[in-house]
Amino acid sequence: MILDTLLIQTVLAGVGIALAAGPLGCFVVWRRMAYFGDATAHAAILGVAFALTFEVSIAFGVLLTAVAMALGVFALSGRGLAIDTLLGVGAHSALAVGILAIALTGARGVDIEAYLFGDILAVGPVDIGIIWGGATVLVGVLVWRWSSLLTATLSDDLAYAEGVSPSRERLILMLAVALLVGIAIKVVGALLVTALLIIPAATARAVARTPEGMAALAALLAASAALFGLLAAFEWDTPAGPTIVAVSAAGFILSLPVSALLRVGGQNGIINR
Amino acid sequence: MPRLQYSIEMSLLAAHNLAVRLDGRTILSGVDFSIQAGEIVTVVGPNGSGKSTFMRALIGALTPSSGQVTRRNNLKIGYVPQRLHIDPTLPITVARFLNLPVRRPNSAIAATLDEVGLPDIATQQMTTLSGGQFQRVLLARALLASPDILVLDEPTQGLDQPGIAAFYRLIDAVRGRLGCAVLMVSHDLHVVMSASDRVICINGHICCEGAPTAVSSAPEYQEMFGLGTQGALALYQHAHDHNHEGCTHGEAAE
Repeated sequence: MILDTLLIQTVLAGVGIALAAGPLGCFVVWRRMAYFGDATAHAAILGVAFALTFEVSIAFGVLLTAVAMALGVFALSGRGLAIDTLLGVGAHSALAVGILAIALTGARGVDIEAYLFGDILAVGPVDIGIIWGGATVLVGVLVWRWSSLLTATLSDDLAYAEGVSPSRERLILMLAVALLVGIAIKVVGALLVTALLIIPAATARAVARTPEGMAALAALLAASAALFGLLAAFEWDTPAGPTIVAVSAAGFILSLPVSALLRVGGQNGIINR
Repeated sequence: MPRLQYSIEMSLLAAHNLAVRLDGRTILSGVDFSIQAGEIVTVVGPNGSGKSTFMRALIGALTPSSGQVTRRNNLKIGYVPQRLHIDPTLPITVARFLNLPVRRPNSAIAATLDEVGLPDIATQQMTTLSGGQFQRVLLARALLASPDILVLDEPTQGLDQPGIAAFYRLIDAVRGRLGCAVLMVSHDLHVVMSASDRVICINGHICCEGAPTAVSSAPEYQEMFGLGTQGALALYQHAHDHNHEGCTHGEAAE
């Protein structure tokens, strides 16, 4: 019975995260922001240290550092250093300093692995509230800004000519990724958050014909991966994050032949019309 | 040349003493420019001369380091970019692309696709289009806004000769229907010049401007483009004059 309640709570949390991660992940894929996702997620470990030290909620601490990383990268990008260098410096420094800080503050009994790989036992009703609240805000922003985000993703100049500011849309997406990291870290873990963004979107690409179709399918795929991944994690007592990601990756591998078939069909003018 | 003295108030789009610096390098300086309703203006210049920078400053994609750009109130710009790379991970049909960022009625989309000579293409993926089809779809997208001015940045780059000629005929036809102004950057001097009301020659600043024949004989222009272009220009004028009965052959051809 206790296990059932736990399972339901965890699945609720995982599915909530996934429903937001799927559509947001499409933008991460289209705009090649994967490395940015990693940097933000690694900064989250620093946020965990911060939260433990000052005894605030983990989600709040993580959100704070993730947003700081997003704003930092946004402010520094385009000022000399290549963006992947900048992200590399930010990501690994934040991870290192975060782990150091947890070690130094001597927060006893802190299982760092739980934050790196996710911990299904850590999720309570409050977390579910935070996750669904955050996910609702995320999806709401994506729906609200959808046309502008998509135009800015296609071309900066096209966006300018339409009165859409590409840098504003870029900042919105960066903050959205930071928010997702904030709500996802307990379940999926810092090291694997980006996978939840990218793999469902990449899988959905195989059959999608419009951006909206791809976003909806990515949400569905991510939610299924979360559901089956968490069931498996309970069944075999495995860490939550890696199990969800492994299920997601299996889906991606299964999509490869489909994608290849569609490509061949498209070339012959059979399917892709 | 007194006919070039337009008042800023009357113009659709104007630049006053415009300068643009990028990465500490001055790309453009001292540019005064204006375009009137219905006018066709072509911007020419060598590679790296600041033509695209000029266009991007006019549409608001670049902030001038000094000077200013003024637009008539509620000016609708139809912008056709130099090239548009759509990431292969982004699935998008022609119809969906034409609905960005503003939703258009299906009937308008069908009519516009017809006009650019691409009926039955609406459900096709953007990434499967040929270069010529892609440029026409970009033009269709610009047209759907019923623009007061079409801004085209080397729209025929990557097209073959017949494709280029067809694309310019299309622009001509579209402009005839909409009566919009056309501001176009071009490398295809021999095709474009005689269709323009005015040619502006840019190389970091405006070197010379005026009617096509005046510019092509200007020393600044000849110095910049050399004699090879003269031959091509002559060729075109010759052919062009043949299309219009009663006209004498172009001076440059004789």
